[in-house]
Amino acid sequence: MTTIARIKDYRPHRRHLPILATMALLIGAYVYGASSYEAFGSGQVVLDLFINNAFLLVVAVGMTFVILTGGIDLSVGSVVALSTVVSGDLLQNRGWPVAAVVVVVLGIGALLGAGMGALIHFFEIQPFIATLIGMFFARGLCYTISTQAYSIDNTTIAALAQAQIPLGGELHVSISVVVALAVVAVAGYVLAFTRFGRTVYSVGGNAQSALLMGLRVGRTRVAVYTISGFCSALGGLLLVLYKSSGDPLNGIGLELTAIAAVVIGGTLLTGGSGYVLGTVLGIMVLGIIQTLITFQGTLNSWWTSIITGALLFVFIVLQRLVTRRARI
Amino acid sequence: MTKHRLFWPVVALFALLLGDLAARPSFFAVELRDGHLYGNLVDILKNGAPLILIAIGMTIVVATRGIDLSVGAVVAISGALACLWISRHPGGVGVTLAAVGLALGLSLVLGAWNGWLVAALGIQPIIATLILMVAGRGIAQLITGGQIITINSAPYEWIGSGFVLTLPSAILIALAVFVLASVLIRRSALGLLVEAVGGNPEASRLAGLRSARLTWLVYVFCALCAGIAGLMISANVHSADGNNAGQFIELDAILAVVVGGTQLTGGRFSLGGSVIGALLIQTLTTTVYALGIPPQAIMLFKAVVVLAVCLLQSPAFRRKLWPRRRDRPAASAERPEKVEVAV
Repeated sequence: MTTIARIKDYRPHRRHLPILATMALLIGAYVYGASSYEAFGSGQVVLDLFINNAFLLVVAVGMTFVILTGGIDLSVGSVVALSTVVSGDLLQNRGWPVAAVVVVVLGIGALLGAGMGALIHFFEIQPFIATLIGMFFARGLCYTISTQAYSIDNTTIAALAQAQIPLGGELHVSISVVVALAVVAVAGYVLAFTRFGRTVYSVGGNAQSALLMGLRVGRTRVAVYTISGFCSALGGLLLVLYKSSGDPLNGIGLELTAIAAVVIGGTLLTGGSGYVLGTVLGIMVLGIIQTLITFQGTLNSWWTSIITGALLFVFIVLQRLVTRRARI
Repeated sequence: MTKHRLFWPVVALFALLLGDLAARPSFFAVELRDGHLYGNLVDILKNGAPLILIAIGMTIVVATRGIDLSVGAVVAISGALACLWISRHPGGVGVTLAAVGLALGLSLVLGAWNGWLVAALGIQPIIATLILMVAGRGIAQLITGGQIITINSAPYEWIGSGFVLTLPSAILIALAVFVLASVLIRRSALGLLVEAVGGNPEASRLAGLRSARLTWLVYVFCALCAGIAGLMISANVHSADGNNAGQFIELDAILAVVVGGTQLTGGRFSLGGSVIGALLIQTLTTTVYALGIPPQAIMLFKAVVVLAVCLLQSPAFRRKLWPRRRDRPAASAERPEKVEVAV
């Protein structure tokens, strides 16, 4: 077969179509930006996408696990806010060491997630409702701890926040980016190569079949919400690094951004199909739109949500066409 | 009697009201001032009116196995458009009617869009309405130009804070929609058809129902309810805020529906239950203010009460709580067969 014929015959796997479309959009947006604005072309703009969205990336990775099982987690924004407020309280008012705060915050996040998972699995409360209750609960805890934002002036936090990891030339990333990429790598490995990962996909594909196959559906379901809670707490800690503050108003509507990123990244909301890499691309697409709007200068901030909605529409219709064709 | 779907929500509502009465004996006091009724109970009904309206629309959507996340955005858009029109054309009743007509017309269009995505394109309702939920806030701010539009129009404000025969008009509007929806749904075959579509869309299509058209209509109706609620909310505060109007009201409405005994899995639904659910949620807020609990505890309080009601309604929870009591065969047949719930 000649090379040309081979190229002609190449058809991407249907499952990969949405993710390829996202990638094409990302590259298109970057090329457009780089050709319109000179400063956009510098590598640091791409790295800044990671720096500004590191916490969101971690949250969205947790959300990916939940959505892959066919569930949804509305509590992530509130858990992020709770983590920042707890960090603020423990660091500023009680003078705890940073390491202890990290452990406590991550523990609270995982515990809340596990609690919601238990409600969903043991008491058969729908994920939407259970995590909605979790959302109100965590946000309520924030307000009871503090109605004011904490300004965090801990020296360790400041040092961690300002640390720059040089990548040669003028380029650099923050510690948050390293943490976020580590989370992505671990999540990608777990989903692709471990028994737990395969179970997550099979629960999302068809929970009843998975149960009949003898897979531990219940344990998996509780585990994914625990992972999501843990990731949200970690995202909250990264937000503390990014903003050096703990605010009970943090992360309002964050769950929508995370869900939108996961969907734009090609993960089916019905569960069973999707990749962590897609979620990374989804976050990047949302981030680059934000950056483009900032560079453009004259567009108001509300265009971000309108364009995000339009993108969601395009990708959802695309997914719909892909899955419909696959079924026939 | 405890098996009745509305038993636990009604118990919770009464428990809450009795708790209020115990804490503040004057809680139930209703007084007549200038021919207008005032009091905590009136407040619950009046402030709960928008939520009741949206819960009614949401119930029918949920009954078809759907969900509408965009109602909060529709609330903001409807209020924004009406206030923009009134601020541009100062005048009396005619301008207000035009503004109301425009806002409700746009709400219908938005509902038609949601319905088209769900019924024609076959997109999962939660994602289909997520699009408008995300974009809608932007559209509302586009209409208001990012500002809070303040208006001064007596006829318009009547929608939110007027009185008819001593009763707040908001209560009467919500009541009218409730009665109209109940009559339309329960006195005709419509309710049956909605439940059939929710029970099994494919089977009801094969049985000769126009499932798609019905599904589409349901979203249009829900958006219309949200549009009216949007007018009410903006009229009540004499202004339109594209960013904050109706924030989280979709979540409250869905909670009200679920607390009212309608399952998110579709099928059987109860409009009365949703009204009770909405009143329960509004009573929570009023209770917090009336008892002097710090307002920042509202969300925590809401989470705990809703969790309790949801748990009491969960068959799995009741089985675990009272494992000794054998369910009679008739009762066990009522258990939901489906374990899997993909929202």
